[in-house]
Amino acid sequence: MKFGDIARKWLHVLPLIAAVLALTSLPQVSLAQPAPAETAVQAPAASAQSVNVADQNAAPAAAAEASGPTAQGAAASGYTPLGPEWIKGQPTPGALGFQKQYSNIGDEGLFMHDVVLLPVITAVTLLVLALLLWVIVRYNRRRNPVPSKTSHNTLIEVIWTAVPVLILVVIAIPSITLLAHQYQSPPKDALTVKVTGYQWYWGYAYPDNGGFEVISNMLPEEEALKRGEPSHLAVDNRLVVPAGEPIRLQVTGADVIHSFAVPSLWFKIDAVPGRLNERMLFIKEPGIYYGQCSELCGARHGYMPIAVEAVPRAQFEAYIRSQGGTLGGEEAAPAPAAAPLQAPESSVEGAPGAGAAPTAAAPGTEA
Amino acid sequence: MATTADTFQAHTEEHHHDADHKPAFFARWFMSTNHKDIGTLYIIFAIFAGIIGGAISGLMRWELAEPGLQVLGQVASWLNGGQADFDQMTHTWNVLITAHGLIMVFFVVMPATMGGFGNWFVPLMIGAPDMAFPRMNNVSFWLTVAGFCSLMISPFVPGGTAAGPGIGWTLYAPLSTSGSVGPAVDFAIFSVHIAGAASIMSAINFITTIFNMRAPGMTLHKMPLFAWSVLVTAFLLLLALPVLAAALTMLITDRNFGTTFFDPAGGGDPILYQHLFWFFGHPEVYIMILPGFGMISQIVATFSKKPVFGYLGMAYAMVAIGVVGFIVWAHHMYTVGLDVNTKMYFTAATMVIAVPTGIKIFSWIATMWGGSLEFKSPLVWALGFIFLFTVGGVTGVVLANGGIDDNLHDTYYVVAHFHYVLSLGAVFSLFAGFYYWFPKMSGRMHSELLAHLHFWGFFIGVNVIFFPQHFLGMNGMPRRYPDYALAYEFWNHVSSVGYVIMALSMLLFFANMIYAFTVGKKAPANYWGEGATTLEWSLSSPPPYHQFETLPVIEDHHSHHDAIGTTPSAAH
Repeated sequence: MKFGDIARKWLHVLPLIAAVLALTSLPQVSLAQPAPAETAVQAPAASAQSVNVADQNAAPAAAAEASGPTAQGAAASGYTPLGPEWIKGQPTPGALGFQKQYSNIGDEGLFMHDVVLLPVITAVTLLVLALLLWVIVRYNRRRNPVPSKTSHNTLIEVIWTAVPVLILVVIAIPSITLLAHQYQSPPKDALTVKVTGYQWYWGYAYPDNGGFEVISNMLPEEEALKRGEPSHLAVDNRLVVPAGEPIRLQVTGADVIHSFAVPSLWFKIDAVPGRLNERMLFIKEPGIYYGQCSELCGARHGYMPIAVEAVPRAQFEAYIRSQGGTLGGEEAAPAPAAAPLQAPESSVEGAPGAGAAPTAAAPGTEA
Repeated sequence: MATTADTFQAHTEEHHHDADHKPAFFARWFMSTNHKDIGTLYIIFAIFAGIIGGAISGLMRWELAEPGLQVLGQVASWLNGGQADFDQMTHTWNVLITAHGLIMVFFVVMPATMGGFGNWFVPLMIGAPDMAFPRMNNVSFWLTVAGFCSLMISPFVPGGTAAGPGIGWTLYAPLSTSGSVGPAVDFAIFSVHIAGAASIMSAINFITTIFNMRAPGMTLHKMPLFAWSVLVTAFLLLLALPVLAAALTMLITDRNFGTTFFDPAGGGDPILYQHLFWFFGHPEVYIMILPGFGMISQIVATFSKKPVFGYLGMAYAMVAIGVVGFIVWAHHMYTVGLDVNTKMYFTAATMVIAVPTGIKIFSWIATMWGGSLEFKSPLVWALGFIFLFTVGGVTGVVLANGGIDDNLHDTYYVVAHFHYVLSLGAVFSLFAGFYYWFPKMSGRMHSELLAHLHFWGFFIGVNVIFFPQHFLGMNGMPRRYPDYALAYEFWNHVSSVGYVIMALSMLLFFANMIYAFTVGKKAPANYWGEGATTLEWSLSSPPPYHQFETLPVIEDHHSHHDAIGTTPSAAH
C-alpha cells in the first residue's frame, strides 16, 4: 500500500468532489433567493419602497386597511401596529435551514453559511464517510487476510495537515470579513434605541425621543392566535423602529443576563447587567420580525419573546408621537407623556454604563 | 517469589496466592486502594449516574415531544409538593436541564473515562502494579460520590422561584447569585466543587503514575495511546479545574458573604464569571473526549491487526488539542459583547483545533487502511464514533465563526453540535471501550450479538434525536426552552421518537450485562487475538488482584516505536 500514491490520486479527485458539492448545494442557495419576490407579492408597497420616504403612506395604509379592528386610535396618532400579514421573520414549520434574512448582515451570514461553510462541511463529512465505507468493504478480514505493517507515511501526514489548514484559511477570510461588517458603527445621527432585559419581559426605551420606555410582554396563546400571530412569539407592544435606516441598538440587562435575538435579522446580543452592548441594526424592509430571549434567565426564560416592527420613517414618527415622545428637531418634552405600561420591577440605574437617558439634543452619544 | 517465566503473571492465579488475597467485602469496596477495584467502582457509579441523567433527558424529550407543558406539572409537584403553578413548572424545567448537564459531564463521562477506564487500564498498560497514590485514588472516588449526593439533594431544597437549582450547568452569574435565593444553588455549586477537587487529585495521581511507574523500557514514546490520552487529560484537569474552583468560590462568596465579584453594583462583572468558567469549560470538553480518542486508537489498531498509523502524530495531536484547547474559550461567549478583535482572534484560534482533530480522524482511517478488519462490537462502536465525531466536528467549525454564531448561539444547533461530539462522540467511545475491556474486567464474555444490536439501536436512536436539532437551531429555536412555537413541533417530535429508540437499545445493554454475568463464557487472557498487543492482554481475565510484582520489560523491536508493536517479556 503506497499511501503517497493514494494521496496524490485523491488530490486529483478533490477539486472534482468540491465542484460536485458546490453544484449540488446550488439549489439550496437559490432557495434563499426567491424569498423577497414572495414577500413582494404579499406586501407590494412595502418591499418596493422599503426606504423611500416619499411613498411613506402606501405601506401603513395597506396595513391599516387589512388590520381593521386593531386600528382604533390610528386616526388620532397616525400610527397603527402592523397586522399579521406583515409577519416576515418567523420560524417555518419543518424547515431545514435558516429563516429568511431581512438585513444586509443576514444576507452575508446566510451566504457565508450556505455557500462557504455548508459545502465544505458536507464534503468533509462525505469524504470521511466514503473512506470509512471503503476500508470496511476493502480491508476486512475476508478480502484482506494479511494486514500490512505500514505505520508511517510522511507525505500523506503532511498533506492531511496542510490541506485542512488551507481549507480553514479559505473559510477564515470571509468569516473575518463578516465579523468586521457586523461591528460597523452606526452613523452619529442614527436613531438610538435602548433595549433592557427584565425577568421576564423586555423594555424598549427611546433616549433620542424623550426617553420613554415601552414594556413588551408575551401575549397569552389565545390572544396571539386571535390576532393572527404565532403563539410564544407574539407580544403586546413590539419594538417599533424605522425600516431602511441604521439603528443604534444598546442592550443591557436589569437583573440577570438575557439575550436579545432575532434570527431573521441575524442579530443576537446579550443583555448583561452593568454593560451596555451596542450594535447596529439595519432592517431592509417594513415587517414584523420575531425573536426569543436566548440566554437562560430563570423560570420564564422561554416566555419573553421579542417582536421587532419595522415601519417606514413617517409611520415610525407617528408611533413616537403616539407614545408622547419627541422627534429630532423638537424640544424635549418636560416629562415622557407615555408612562410604561408596567413599572419595571428593577432598574438599571446605578449600573455603570447605563447612565442617564440622553436627551434628544445629543444624538449619537458614544456608549 | 517464584514467577512463571514466559508470561509472568498470566497463570499465577492458581499457584501464587500472594497476588490474589482480596480483603473482605467492606474493606475491599469501601476502603479500596486497588486501582482495578476503584476503576470498577467508578464504572458502576457512572452507569448509575448515567441512568439518572438519561432518565432526566427522557423527561425532557417527553416534555418537548409536543407543544405545551405536559410532564413538568407532575415533576414540579413532586419536587415542590402540592399543585404546581406555572412558574414552578418552568423553573423545574431549568432544574432538569441543570441536573442533566452536571450529571452527564461531572458524574458520567468524567468518572467513566478517567475514573473507570483510566484507573483500570493505565497501570496495566504501562506495566505498573497500581496507581502512584492508592489512598488518594480512594479519596478521589468517594469525593465524587459525595459531590453527586450534594447534587442529588439540590432539587429538593428551595432554589428561588421553586425547588432546585434552575441555572443551567454553566452556573452563570448573576442568575446563580442574586437570581436564585435558597440553598439549592449552593448544593449544586458545592457538588461541582467537590467533584472538581476529586478530579484534581485524580489528575495528580495519573501524572505521577505515568511519569514514574512505567515498566522498564517503556519510554513515553512507546506508551500506548490510551495512556497518552489520559496523561494529556490529566494535565488539562490539573490546569483547568483550579480556575473553576476559583470561579465557584467567588460564586459562593457572592451568594453568601456579600462579595461582588460578579455584581456590577459593587464593581464586579458577570462576564468575568463567564471567562473563568469557560477557561475551565473549554478544556473540559477535551477532558471528556481525549480518553475516548485514546480508546478508539487502541481498538482500531487491535481489530485492524496493525500498529496505529502515525503514532507520534497521534500522540502529539492530542497534546496540540490540549494546548490549543486552553486558548479558545471565549468562542462560548461570542454574543456577550466582545470587541471585534477579540472575536476575530477566537474565531481563528478555534478553527485551528480542526487541524489536529483532522490528523486523528485520518490517522484512524489510515490505521484501518490495509488492515484486516474484524467487525467485533468494539470496532463497530469505534467506526460509529469516527463518523459521528466528524459530524460533530464540522458543525464545530461552523460555530467557530463568530459571525455565524451570532445567529446560532444558544440555539438547538449548539445542542446538536455538542451532543454529536459528547453524547455521540464520548459516549460511543465509552461503549467501544466497555465492550473492548468488559471481559477483561469481569472475566466473562458478553454477547457479541446483543452488543451489535445495541450499537444499531443506539446509532439510529441518537441520530434521530440529534440530527433534526440542527434544523431546529437554524430555524431559530433557542436552547433551554420547555415549550416552543408551533413551527418547531415537527422536528421536536421526531427528536423525541429518537429518544425512545435510543432508550430501547439501552435495554439491550443491560440485558447483555445480565447475560454476561449469568451465562457468559469465561474470558481467556487475550480474547481479541493477535491484534491486541498491549500489556493488559498478557494478564488473565480478570487480572490478578495485584499484577506485575515482577515488572515486565519492554523490548524495542526496532522496526517502529509504536506502543502497539512492543511485546512484554519477563524480567530475569
